[in-house]
Amino acid sequence: MQRRLFTIASAVSVVGLMLSAEAALAQKNGGILKAYHRGTPPSGSIHEEATNSTVAPYMGVFNNLIMYDQAIAVESLDTIVPDLATKWNWNDDNTKLTFTLRKGVKFHDGKPFTAKDVVCTWNLVTGKSKAKLRKNPRKSWYKNLDKVTADNDYQATFHLKRKQPAFVALLASGYSPVYPCHVAPKKMRTHPIGTGPFKFVSLKQNEHVKFRKNENYWKKGKPHLDGIDWTIIKSRSTRVLAFIAGKFDFTFNVDVTIPLLKDVKAQAPHAVCDLVTTNVSTNLIVNQAKPPFDNAKVRKAMVLSIDRQAFIDILGHGQFLQGGAMMPPPAGVWGMAPEFLKTVAGYNPDIAGNRAKARKIMESLGYGPNKRLKVKVSTRNIAVYRDPAVILIDHMKEVYIDATLDTVETSNWHAKVARKDYMVGLNLTGIGVDDPDANFYENYSCGSQRNYTGYCKPEMEALFKQQSMMEDQAARKKLVWEIDKKLQEDAARPIISHGKAAQCKQPYVKGFVTHVNSLYNNWRMEDVWMDK
Amino acid sequence: MVLTLVGISIIIFVLLRLMPGNIADIMFDSAGFVDPAEKAQIEKELGLDLPIPVQYYHWMKGLLVWDLGFSYVSEMPAIDELGPRIPITAKLAALALGFSVLFGLPLGVICAVKQDTGLDYTLRVISLSGLSLPSFWLALLILMFFVTYLGDIPIYMDPPENLWDELVLYSIPAAAVGFRSSALIMRLTRSSMLEVMRQDYIRTARSKGASDNSINYHHALKNAVLPVTTIIGIEAAFLIGGLIITETVFNIPGVAHFLVEAILMRDYPIVQNLVMLIALVTVLINFLVDLLYAVLDPRIKYAD
Repeated sequence: MQRRLFTIASAVSVVGLMLSAEAALAQKNGGILKAYHRGTPPSGSIHEEATNSTVAPYMGVFNNLIMYDQAIAVESLDTIVPDLATKWNWNDDNTKLTFTLRKGVKFHDGKPFTAKDVVCTWNLVTGKSKAKLRKNPRKSWYKNLDKVTADNDYQATFHLKRKQPAFVALLASGYSPVYPCHVAPKKMRTHPIGTGPFKFVSLKQNEHVKFRKNENYWKKGKPHLDGIDWTIIKSRSTRVLAFIAGKFDFTFNVDVTIPLLKDVKAQAPHAVCDLVTTNVSTNLIVNQAKPPFDNAKVRKAMVLSIDRQAFIDILGHGQFLQGGAMMPPPAGVWGMAPEFLKTVAGYNPDIAGNRAKARKIMESLGYGPNKRLKVKVSTRNIAVYRDPAVILIDHMKEVYIDATLDTVETSNWHAKVARKDYMVGLNLTGIGVDDPDANFYENYSCGSQRNYTGYCKPEMEALFKQQSMMEDQAARKKLVWEIDKKLQEDAARPIISHGKAAQCKQPYVKGFVTHVNSLYNNWRMEDVWMDK
Repeated sequence: MVLTLVGISIIIFVLLRLMPGNIADIMFDSAGFVDPAEKAQIEKELGLDLPIPVQYYHWMKGLLVWDLGFSYVSEMPAIDELGPRIPITAKLAALALGFSVLFGLPLGVICAVKQDTGLDYTLRVISLSGLSLPSFWLALLILMFFVTYLGDIPIYMDPPENLWDELVLYSIPAAAVGFRSSALIMRLTRSSMLEVMRQDYIRTARSKGASDNSINYHHALKNAVLPVTTIIGIEAAFLIGGLIITETVFNIPGVAHFLVEAILMRDYPIVQNLVMLIALVTVLINFLVDLLYAVLDPRIKYAD
């Protein structure tokens, strides 16, 4: 299995390298890339947001210390390349990670970049600085980070509480840019300043976000584009039609759904579209603190009622994938293999058998055809949330559970979830980095703000820690599968399916590689050029 | 009129704050979690922790000196956010209203004059379709037609450079939104004309040998247009509803679409100022329609 995964990853890498080689031979400079955006970004401060509405347009404003190779579609520890750091190394006990920083780099306002900016950035993210972020969604990523020190102007060291080999995976994400010390968080929200290939120019609500080439970019010869204009179009029908009509060079981050992709292919056969896995899962949040789902047997019965293939066929035209918390292979590096997945309760393809078992469980609790359990399924009042919720309700009926749909205005969703004012919620979760440390600590660990259900088990915490400290990545993967199995069987956040969608571009847009195991890390755009 | 506006301002202000969720909830939505302490801090920064009467007082005090506050979303002055968008919607609304009157009124007269002919039936079918087609669907059909058959899409991408560009850009969305109003005006004009044409004075004019044109347009239309004027006034106020959809589909950066976004984002300063503006415009239109009655019908005279 691993060999097959390695082969696929290598093949993708080779294709990526070929693409970059092609780009290196023939890139043309100039031109403004016209892309559309699905809505006004909530702010320009990547550290304060957890949405690709921000990270996609703004990643090009910044640099990271290290980043995922933009030309390789499958992100992994092996595809991390230098960015503002020229090299990095661990100390003997793997608790100190030292970065040697690039000299002569300047922020867009002309101030020099030094190790102090690295210290400031991670003090901000860990809440240790005087200046505060208004929101801090990735605090849980840095649970193990003790402090960051500036050894000199061009060397910074991350001091960890314990060893964590995959810590570099978090730093390579588009969600980990380096902020300037001298710019206040408020200004970073409205007029971000970084060291990246593009300078922020303007944001007009519901109209556009514009970026222009950083003429003093430290990577000589880049970016190739003179700028990027993101036109904000709320209506999906309008923006896809506009792309078909040739008004845009580039769609928003995997904005084209599978049904829409058919339209695009039919009406704009010249368009180049990559249908990719998004690492966004449709899942359930189960309130284990209140009846009836405080009872593990009821949770198990509900999980057994789910026919995942039905969701995949109806919602994903058969193209979505089954998997656990970690994104399934081949695109996902850490997900359970199909044979292993079948051993997880609820994933057995014998749906009738699963449901018979579930009915027996419900009967043992006193429920039956004449005494049905009444529950509510809550979800956002948006089609991608509502549609699977309706299918779930239908499935639950098979095991004596009558559910009603409770649609919640999207602005009230997180407040409702935070109040634990739900029984079962249908949710979508995007994973920033395809690594167990990012996923487990963000979504399943005690005390994490994005662990909506408050799932917290000491034995699971111990397992999270154990996998996080493992250096042998093959052995780590085996443990991750076992953890994932336990999470699914415990209904911590039962995963229904992993989504797919398409990224489309006009044929003359070159040098952009759509990543297949995260939506958030391939938006530097410095290698993108237009052959026209 | 002032009392009406004060009443409206109180209703808007209170209703907005009674809606569940506020901007802090929305902000945390994009971060994927809610931190009660950080949320409370944001509410404090924005003054949302103050009692509603105090918040209202601050708003009114600001309005008196033309300080509309700051948009919670963009953190920019509300006046800067609203200022450039108002003329866009105003032009679109004026064009749409112009379209509906220009088509609705004469076609209504033609229908009445040519009652029960093929032309009358055809125009009535068209007008019925205008009333029954949802404007968002019509707008999408128009876009699809353009993309499929003309290989272009008439949506707003950049600010128009001159008056002609502006007219071209706004005419299609204005027609899409004005189609419904024109259908309504046409049907009302037709029925009103038919009613007037059955009056004795029309028969008298006809017996005196007045020409058809003179009877239709000088005697009948002048009297038939009074209820139509009322509808035009009401439609002008209701146009904002149609423009919300049209601005969204045609991607026009006007205030109608912006208002919906602001409501969804609970951007109170934008919503309350904008709704007040719409209320003011509605009150003014009603006032103008009342004045117009006296001009159109000399029998109507307002007391001193």
